[in-house]
Amino acid sequence: MEIKTTVNGRLYKLDIPPNWSLAYVLRKKLGLIGIKLGCETGECGSCTVLLNGEPVNSCLVLGVEADGKEILTIEGLSKNGELHPLQKAFIEHGAVQCGFCTPGMILSAKALLDKNPNPTEQEIREALAGNLCRCTGYVKPVKAILSVRK
Amino acid sequence: MWAGFEYFKPATLKEACLLLAKYKSEATVFAGGTDLLVSMRTGGTKPRYLIDIKAIPELSRIKYENEQLTIGAAVTINALAQSDVIGKKFDIITEATKVFASVQIRNRATIGGNLCRASPSSDMVPPLLVLDAMLTAISDKGERDIPIKDFFIGPERTSLEQGEMLKEIRVPTPPQNMGATFLKVRRTGVDLAVVNVAVAVELSENKFKDVKISLGAVAPTPMRALKAEALLKGEACTDENIERAAEMASSETSPITDVRSTAEYRREVSRVLVKRALKNAIQKVGGR
Ligand SMILES: Cc1cc2nc3c(=O)[nH]c(=O)nc-3n(C[C@H](O)[C@H](O)[C@H](O)COP(=O)(O)OP(=O)(O)OC[C@H]3O[C@@H](n4cnc5c(N)ncnc54)[C@H](O)[C@@H]3O)c2cc1C
Ligand code: FES
Ligand code: FES
Repeated sequence: MEIKTTVNGRLYKLDIPPNWSLAYVLRKKLGLIGIKLGCETGECGSCTVLLNGEPVNSCLVLGVEADGKEILTIEGLSKNGELHPLQKAFIEHGAVQCGFCTPGMILSAKALLDKNPNPTEQEIREALAGNLCRCTGYVKPVKAILSVRK
Repeated sequence: MWAGFEYFKPATLKEACLLLAKYKSEATVFAGGTDLLVSMRTGGTKPRYLIDIKAIPELSRIKYENEQLTIGAAVTINALAQSDVIGKKFDIITEATKVFASVQIRNRATIGGNLCRASPSSDMVPPLLVLDAMLTAISDKGERDIPIKDFFIGPERTSLEQGEMLKEIRVPTPPQNMGATFLKVRRTGVDLAVVNVAVAVELSENKFKDVKISLGAVAPTPMRALKAEALLKGEACTDENIERAAEMASSETSPITDVRSTAEYRREVSRVLVKRALKNAIQKVGGR
């Protein structure tokens, strides 16, 4: 099936089979391997992308559903080689261990801050509830996100 | 990847119904996919024709007219959570959305999918049971109303017939003197319920004029605790009456032991949650 979708600000025309997940399409067709596949059943959040600004698990979205939509992945966050404030904050706070969950965490955090620039710690924790970290690093991501509040 | 299927995205109800009629048992309605795509990956579900209903405008609408709330089947859990009118007049629904999965899942999961999946633990069901919701099914032959209490006929089985899909859910505005609340116990922040409970009470001079109690994850389908309700009707709002009703509700459950909990624990949690929910609901309408 032919779809047209905007990924990280660029419009793509793609021909994909309907049984490919959005995660698979973005990884295989566009090489966006910052999308990590952990559970592929909606539990871990490592495949999180923003679909029209809202975080979703791209392992549980069909690629064809992206037709006419806008997608943001971790690769689309930096501008002209400069990291996004959230990315910088994660590095500065040591909020990255193995890094597998990090793209998803940062995108969940971005979606939260876009709507609510000054969230409470509780709101941050709720926004990250769907992002599991197998290195069990939850305190530092929360601190990193708190540091970029407006 | 998933086993191959054909994908349709009808733009109208009519088109969707024709597809359902055409492909009969081989057609599968596809809403948020948070149950369906998981069971296609791990449970061996292999649909031939997927009918994505998310482009049908009527199905994604929340409407409030003539004291009645109408929720399209493809409205997402997050859309419910963000609705002002639901927050003001049907806050038990808002309460259930807040403890439903993760943000990512809530952005995709629909209320219709939650009902049609007919899992014993579906979180949106107990609130709709105590609010006496009416469901509308649609097929190429027309529409049909199904009271929610008649919708669940077994684990993962609904009274929808082949060729039918859920169109919308209608909820009457609760009376002023009704208080309703939803409580859920789960193992972690993001998990299905060990037990969930919804309660609605209507008070008159500190007596129970009407009571509805619903529990999930403790029987083959979401259930009403009718004996416990009968114990309370017409009686005073005392701690003893509430305690007796909570014990009765617990004895009406028939839980199983699974990875989430033992049957014994579910029975005990049922008692505690019903008691707590009754007290919360009474407080909401300013009783005792
Ligand atoms: C990680 C995770 C956490 C979860 N947590 C919760 C939770 O906390 N609480 C909870 O209740 N559930 C939870 N779920 C289950 C699931 O998200 C919900 O049941 C959800 O509401 C299903 O809706 P959907 O739109 O995704 O349904 P889909 O997966 O699209 O469909 C589910 C079933 O219903 C049928 N269907 C859908 N819409 C219609 C319709 N309009 N007419 C006829 N048939 C239809 C489909 O054919 C399919 O059989 C969770 C799932 C995951 C993966
Ligand atoms: S890989 Fe998508 S949620 Fe785990
Ligand atoms: S840093 Fe390793 S999974 Fe989170």
